[in-house]
Formats: sequence, C-alpha cells, structure tokens
Amino acid sequence: MNNSLFGFEINVWLDALARLGLIVGVMTVVAMGLIYGERKILARFQQRVGPQKTGPFGLLQSVADAVKLVGKEDLRPNAADPWTFELAPYFVFIPIFLGFVSLPFLLDVNIRLLELGLLYFIAVSSVNIVGWVMAGWGSDNRYAMIGGMRAAAQAISYELPLVLSLVTVAMLAGSLNLKDIVEGQANVPYVALLPLAFVVFFISTLAEMNRPPFDIPIGESEVVGGPFVEYSGIRWSMFMLGEYASLWILSVLTAAVFLGGYSWPFGEDFGKGYQLVLMAAKSGIFIFLVFWVRASIPRLRIDQLMSYSWKILLPLSLVQVLVVGFVQVYELPDAFLTVAGVGGLLALVSITGRAVASSRRLPGAARTMRSEAV
Amino acid sequence: MILAFFALSGLTVASALLVFVARNLLHALAFLVLSFLGMAGLFLTLSADFIGVAQVLIYAGSISVLMVFAVMLTPLASRNNGSTLYVIPAMLAAGGLASLIGFVAIDTEWDERKGEALGVSDFTTTVAGIGDLLLGRYLLAFEVASVLLLFALLGAIVLVQERRRAGEEA
Repeated sequence: MNNSLFGFEINVWLDALARLGLIVGVMTVVAMGLIYGERKILARFQQRVGPQKTGPFGLLQSVADAVKLVGKEDLRPNAADPWTFELAPYFVFIPIFLGFVSLPFLLDVNIRLLELGLLYFIAVSSVNIVGWVMAGWGSDNRYAMIGGMRAAAQAISYELPLVLSLVTVAMLAGSLNLKDIVEGQANVPYVALLPLAFVVFFISTLAEMNRPPFDIPIGESEVVGGPFVEYSGIRWSMFMLGEYASLWILSVLTAAVFLGGYSWPFGEDFGKGYQLVLMAAKSGIFIFLVFWVRASIPRLRIDQLMSYSWKILLPLSLVQVLVVGFVQVYELPDAFLTVAGVGGLLALVSITGRAVASSRRLPGAARTMRSEAV
Repeated sequence: MILAFFALSGLTVASALLVFVARNLLHALAFLVLSFLGMAGLFLTLSADFIGVAQVLIYAGSISVLMVFAVMLTPLASRNNGSTLYVIPAMLAAGGLASLIGFVAIDTEWDERKGEALGVSDFTTTVAGIGDLLLGRYLLAFEVASVLLLFALLGAIVLVQERRRAGEEA
C-alpha cells in the first residue's frame, strides 16, 4: 500500500512516520516562538521590556532556554514511583500531539483529514488528564498530588461545556469533518451565529489548557508547581512544550471552527499565501486573547472554578444546544440564532458579574471551619 | 493491516494481563488505560470509527480518571491489588464471559462474513447510521438511558448534600 506525500509515492508506514516527524518538528519551533511571544506581550502589559539581550530583539531567548533545559540534570526523587514518574510526561505530551492530526491548516494542507475530525480531536485531547494524574501521584509529593487531582477535576468539569459548544457547531455544519465545517462558513463564520458558544468555548479552553485565571493546578502560591514540582530538565520541558503545543492547536481549531478558517471572508479560491495570512491572523487573535486574559485576571479559587463550570457554563451551553436544535427543526432564519446568542452572552456577562461581586462569600463548610478556627 | 492488528491486540492483551499482575492499584489503572487505547485501535482496524473514538473519549479519557478518584477516595486505597474480596465471583463471571465469546466465535460462519463475501470495498463512516438508529428505531432505549443518567445525577446530589446542623443559620 502506498500513500502520496508531497507528491512522492511512499510506503504507508513510512508515510505515517514522516507525518509524525513533521508534527514534532513544526510543533517544537512554534512552541518556542509562542514562549517568546508570550514573554514579550506579557512584558508590554506589565510595562517591562521582556527578553532583549539574546540575539536580535531577544529572539534567541527560547533557544537558549531550551539548551539550558536539555543540559540540566534529569532528577528523580528517591521515593517517587519510577515508571509512573518517568512515563507521565509522555502521557501528557503524546495526546496533545495527536490532536494535531486532524486540523485543517490551509485548504488541503493537513496531516490527515478525518471524517470524525472534531470528535477525534475531543477524544485524544481528553487522554492527557491521565498523564497529569500520573505525574501528580508518581512524584510522591503532596503538592504534586493535590495539583494532579485539581488538574483532573478541572479538566473533567470544563470538558462538558467545551464539548457542548462544539456540538452546536457540528449541528449547524451537519458534519464532524473539519474541512466541511470550514467550508460551511464561507459566507458567515459561526462566531456570528453562535456568539455564546464561542465565549463558552474560549473560557473552557482556558481551563483545559490550565491557563490563568484557571491555573489552579499549577498555582505557585498554593501548590508550588503542581504536578510537575519534582520534574526538571528535559522532562519538565516536555510538559512546557505540551502546554504551548496545546495552546497553538486550540488556536488553530478555534480559527477553523468558529472564525471561518481559511474560507471566510473571501472564499477558498485565493492562493495558499492568502490563506496562510488569514489563518495566522485568526489564530493569532485567539493566542493574544489568551495572553491578555493572563495579564488581566487574577486566579480563581477552586470552589469558584467548579461552580462556574457546573452552574453557569454548562446550563448556558445546554440552552444553546436546545436553541440550535429548534432553529434547525423549525427552519427559522439564522438571524434568530444571532439574537438568541447575544441574549445568552448578556446573561453570561451579567451572571458572571454578579458572581464576581459576591465572591467574598466562602462556601458553607469553609465558613464553619473558619469560624471554628477563630 | 495485519501488522497493525497484531501490534494492537498484543498491546491490549499484554496490558490487560498486567492489570491484574500489577501489585499496585494505580499501576493497574494505568495499564487499564493502555488496554482501552489498544482496544480503540482494534475498533479502528475493524472500520468501526465511531466506536473507536468513543472508546478513547469515554473510557481512556473519563472513566479512567473517575476510577483514579474512586481508588484515592476509598479507605482501602493503599491495599494490594491482589487482595480482593471477590475472587470466586470474579472467576465465575470471567469464565462465563470467556465461554460465551468462545461459543459465539466457534458458532459463527466466518466464511460468510469476510470482507470479500460481504462485497464491502469502500469504507464509509458509521456515524450517520448510528445517529439515525439511535434517534429513530432505538429512541426508547436511548431516552431510558438518559433518564437513568439523570437519576444517577440526582442520587449523587442527594448523597453529598450538606446537612444543616440543628440551630445553625443557612
């Protein structure tokens, strides 16, 4: 059996190997670029300059950091469980890279378009929770354990609104193939029809990536470094690489699923260069938003985090699914979706605002504990 | 295809074996996840794409984490994997299952079910068919399952509800 790659006919297994190599290579370079970009942008938000000494404009800073990390000694605590500790980074890292497979970067530029692309993406990106728990448990460190448990609880809770908001997109597109979903947005991107789903998706991706304000599994002031407090050197850099890789993958997915991918606004007839600029701009907006949120919003408490997902995001995304179903069954005009979505968005903002205003209140059990302690 | 089948079934069987050979409960769980992943791969080689993906999503991604929580939150979490209370019922159930599968495997006329005999050359996705059947012919079963899940949810809420102590304000 032969497949074609870049016009060459090669063996199926070699083809798969070449594509995997391509993923790892591209991903490493992009992750280093993202780390540099995050440091620069965050520095601007905090009125600093950021890295500037290494290379022109500090561009080589990430390379220098990578060399330093690889050169570091790879330590393992004596009491740690050897196999679990050593294998955990791979369980975090590989599922994230597998998510890369089904993404439509440009028209006909992808690793492999799957008929179930969207579902496949959700499925493989849920596996890395196992790696977090393994890292937390295997380190034999209480901070790591708590961090791993927090990561698992958070990832499971925020997966529901994430998946439900993607379900609405699949309902509108009538397909799970990411290529069809992009083509379906040739005239109107789905963010215009499903503003509420887009915002819920964005918030949930922040939590899935453990980005601030949902970075409680790795919050330094509470659990030191969370699951990877005991890791150093190359294994630690694998966690780091995985984090930025998932940031980039989710930004490309958002661009394809909500922002019209390479086809909106002017269709798919233009060249690859135009599509590349379009995708870069769209995923760049998402990445910038993530950095912006990190610079602006303080970290949540764990009970706030959980109740935000279960009591606010989940019901709203269920309502969104219901509304899309009604519009499709009764063939109402698409404008109805936009109106309902904006209404839902206003509800989300108002509920969140009220929750923020009353956030000083501790939950019942914690309140009793505090009053007993005093 | 043959190579993929043997690699995946080797992975599945070996890690399933290690699930009960491993002394540590959490090691057993990690091998269980590996075995789920191998099984998902086997489904994919059988052209059951939806079941394969669902296997990864539900079993490898979610059920395994729930099991980790269950293991950690139960008092017997630190006990040895080997010392279970249910050796005899588990043996009976496993033996029954194995003989059922063996009977079906021997009883099936395999020649009629080969790919060539069925005349299936192109593989088409199974999702649309599954969706039609679930919301058409098997709608009742589907809805009953969702009601069951709703009851499980309500039961969980009732179990963990904070009980107010006498004389305490809300």
